[in-house]
Amino acid sequence: MKVVIVGAGPAGLAAALAARAHGASVTLLDAADEPGGQYWRHLPPERPSANERILHHGWQRFTAMRRALEADAGCEIVMGAQVWAIERSDAPAQARTEAPMPAAPVVVHVLVGPPDGTGRAGRTFRPDALVLATGAHDRTLPFPGWDLPGVFTAGAAQAFAKGERVAVGQRVVIAGAGPFLLPVAASLVATGARVLGVFEASRIAGLVRGWLPKPWQLIGAAKKGGELAGYVGTHLRHRIPYATGRAVIAAHGTDRVEAVTVARVDANWRPVPGTEQRIAADAVCVSHGFTPRLELPIAAGCAISSSRFVEVDEAQQSSVAGVYAAGEITGIGGVDAALVEGELAGHCAAGGSPGDPEVRRAAKARTTFTGFAARIEAAHGIRRGWTAWLDDDTLVCRCEEVPYGRFRETAAQTCGSGLRSMKLTTRAGLGICQGRVCGGTVEELIGGGPETAAGGLLDQRGVAATTDRRPIASPVRLGELAGGIGPTEPTEPHLSKPTVQKGHQ
Amino acid sequence: MISDIVVVGAGIVGAACARAFAQSGCRVVVLDRDAPASGTSAKGEGNLLVSDKGPGAELRLAQYAASLWPGVAAELAEELGAEFPAIEYERKGGLVVATTGEGARPLLDFAASQRDAGVDARAVSIAEALELEPHLNPDMTAAVHYPDDAQVQPVIATEALLASARNHGADIRPFVAVTGALRDATGRITGVSTTAGAVPAGAVILAAGPWSGEVSAMLGERLPVRPRRGNVLVTTRMPHRVFHKVYDGDYFGATQSSDAALQTSSVVESTAAGTVLIGSSREQVGFDERLRVAALREIAAKALRLFPFLAGASIMRSYGGFRPFMPDHLPVIGADHRTAGLWHASGHEGAGIGLSLATAELLVAEFLGRAAAIDAAPFRPDRASLAPYLDEVA
Ligand SMILES: Cc1cc2nc3c(=O)[nH]c(=O)nc-3n(C[C@H](O)[C@H](O)[C@H](O)COP(=O)(O)OP(=O)(O)OC[C@H]3O[C@@H](n4cnc5c(N)ncnc54)[C@H](O)[C@@H]3O)c2cc1C
Ligand SMILES: Cc1cc2nc3c(=O)[nH]c(=O)nc-3n(C[C@H](O)[C@H](O)[C@H](O)COP(=O)(O)OP(=O)(O)OC[C@H]3O[C@@H](n4cnc5c(N)ncnc54)[C@H](O)[C@@H]3O)c2cc1C
Repeated sequence: MKVVIVGAGPAGLAAALAARAHGASVTLLDAADEPGGQYWRHLPPERPSANERILHHGWQRFTAMRRALEADAGCEIVMGAQVWAIERSDAPAQARTEAPMPAAPVVVHVLVGPPDGTGRAGRTFRPDALVLATGAHDRTLPFPGWDLPGVFTAGAAQAFAKGERVAVGQRVVIAGAGPFLLPVAASLVATGARVLGVFEASRIAGLVRGWLPKPWQLIGAAKKGGELAGYVGTHLRHRIPYATGRAVIAAHGTDRVEAVTVARVDANWRPVPGTEQRIAADAVCVSHGFTPRLELPIAAGCAISSSRFVEVDEAQQSSVAGVYAAGEITGIGGVDAALVEGELAGHCAAGGSPGDPEVRRAAKARTTFTGFAARIEAAHGIRRGWTAWLDDDTLVCRCEEVPYGRFRETAAQTCGSGLRSMKLTTRAGLGICQGRVCGGTVEELIGGGPETAAGGLLDQRGVAATTDRRPIASPVRLGELAGGIGPTEPTEPHLSKPTVQKGHQ
Repeated sequence: MISDIVVVGAGIVGAACARAFAQSGCRVVVLDRDAPASGTSAKGEGNLLVSDKGPGAELRLAQYAASLWPGVAAELAEELGAEFPAIEYERKGGLVVATTGEGARPLLDFAASQRDAGVDARAVSIAEALELEPHLNPDMTAAVHYPDDAQVQPVIATEALLASARNHGADIRPFVAVTGALRDATGRITGVSTTAGAVPAGAVILAAGPWSGEVSAMLGERLPVRPRRGNVLVTTRMPHRVFHKVYDGDYFGATQSSDAALQTSSVVESTAAGTVLIGSSREQVGFDERLRVAALREIAAKALRLFPFLAGASIMRSYGGFRPFMPDHLPVIGADHRTAGLWHASGHEGAGIGLSLATAELLVAEFLGRAAAIDAAPFRPDRASLAPYLDEVA
């Protein structure tokens, strides 16, 4: 039994251990240089830090998992391994191991090596079972000035803090929505930044509806409740103002951020006129939620729910037999949920069942995490009114530099067009990030977003258009594609300025 | 008002027909089950080629189309104003090269035959070819320059034609799928039934691209349009180093064969946005959208033979669609000879963007009983080359 796992974050690591425990041979692939995923980002082993355990919840668990897998000859860990395509194969591969169940109908195409180096080697896998644990990156809504240097996604800021021990600024404002704003503030404080405030767009009423009805679930299920309390404690110690119902609606500066405007927003996230307040800051970190990395599950043929997660059963199996999914791509639940789902996915991918005694605790814990994502969405989900803070010059798509005014004008001119046409007439979403940053925004602006059935620029009438379909999951050189022919010269790097950096490649 | 027309399909062919009929005074309703410009017309390239067509009916149609594009491009720009994105019409010319010893002669002979048919096809020396395309692999055996090859951005062109049709009174209804025909006692088609109710019409123009076969069957007539899949690779933006549409002579083999097996030819061109498009494959796999890495690899290898410098270019996206393929390699344009009230504008395979304008003009001429600019008989549904396929059991 051969199990391939994509993603060595919490979910992928847990899946690898469980699959090994159930006797499968495992290949664990991750594009990053080091395992750990978004959560356990850390300094490279050449530059170890005594502080990792302070910066990371569950650090010991991580090092134990990592050590066990590295010491295990039955688990091949391939870092720098970019899965660039998943092909669906209906024909079963020949020469399989003693597969007790039908093999996953997929071929996994991987390039191994530094992404900007010249000599990436191609590898191809036809596993008996595939576990996808590709995580999510955080999502940022555009606002005037968001393309200035000094504006970061919260994930990128946290990655710098955790992975490089660098604070993105001296006087930092954190804004957006979601419980993950708090750990970002904590990471920044730990690296010496002064956090001027955390501005949560959702209002207390929303938070009460989402979080407070069942706080026992959070506390009881995992350490999450305790963890949040820890963050609040950090806030109190450092006197960080935490305000709800407020948003950063503009960033100002000439060459980089010098100040931001914060305003009250109503329950629909529409700025309340007259409440604007200017705060001098040299960095702003924004995150309005998460975007699961769905390109591989979509390529593998997995059914995606209306809330844009991979649909899985109690074995973490997707709609495609033999293809499993775990972690952030199945729902936003934090690190503890990712670990539990990963364990179940790995165990079942290796031929086990969710009722087996080895995974009883995981199966039980999983049910407690169910609904967490829905509660986060209820409490912190993006509300329609945010578009009111856009002005005509705000870039909707930074890669292709498409301003909101032009986007709206084109929509009006072509009245009634769909996502594909809007992308190709405005170029929004066609740049180097392939809509990873702006895809959700574009969908919402034209009315295709999940919570915006009415009131978008255009009426999509339920068409399942999505920017998440990317058959080529990450850039491939033409020479690599042609097969082994090395590039003769590098191409010019991307032309637009990557000021808001994503936490991931 | 002369007549009520229903156009089925808001791809570029339906858009061109809607505009032409609306301009000639008909009341036009365009129905699409999806958003406009989201079918094949949004999934290919926008080459307006004469270079790839040998002497014959399709070349004449392409030459006619090439003569229409500059005027229509100017009219659209004038009519729609600066607010509307430009359709990026550009007569940038094509350069076709042979990369093998055996390939040289057929390419030069083909060009000679095209010259006899009035195509500006200039055999150029290798040195001249390298002047036109300095980054081309110098290791080629023959080259022909076609100054009349042009391009448009197909989605913007489709939207522009629809916008113009709208200005002339056409009603474009997205997300309405046609499900069947309305008929009178004589069997004449008098409209369509749709997911949004019945839409009566004096004539129904079927312009549903690769789905025309399926929709034609719903309307009660057989039409042998089949999907022929194609994929294109897109690089990240890079400095402009490809100046024409450059392709290898293999292209002819691929367009004119009906083998289901994978065929590729490389067509390399830069877009106004700074990306390079590398196409394309031809596969008959039904409406199967699944990625096939083997097809992409072959496109890549062929492109590198033309432009070795592209080895380092990053491919950030691949997309593809289904060309509406006809078994006798000609589009079907004109009144159905079996059922009154049904008209066809389908089956343009890999040339529908270019041929759309000419198709619309031929249809309007036939519909209004005007003289057409070229002989439309080779494209009529009752042509002899199509007859065997119309008789096949569905
Ligand atoms: C800003 C921020 C703050 C957070 N704070 C907290 C917190 O305080 N508490 C908490 O519980 N959770 C927190 N989280 C969430 C936590 O990081 C996630 O729950 C957890 O990391 C999810 O684990 P995962 O394994 O699903 O995905 P990830 O950790 O994201 O791992 C996915 C891995 O897949 C790899 N990958 C993706 N695509 C490919 C591909 N095509 N080829 C090869 N490899 C690929 C990536 O390189 C990555 O290593 C935070 C997240 C963010 C962004
Ligand atoms: C990879 C590739 C490259 C290409 N390159 C070129 C090129 O360079 N130059 C060129 O000229 N051509 C090219 N083509 C071909 C060109 O794209 C097509 O010939 C052309 O787009 C066909 O246009 P259409 O309007 O007939 O079809 P489509 O654009 O497919 O429009 C048909 C419409 O009918 C609608 N429809 C289907 N069923 C129904 C129903 N039941 N009810 C209502 N509506 C329905 C569909 O939703 C669709 O919008 C290429 C094609 C591909 C795939």
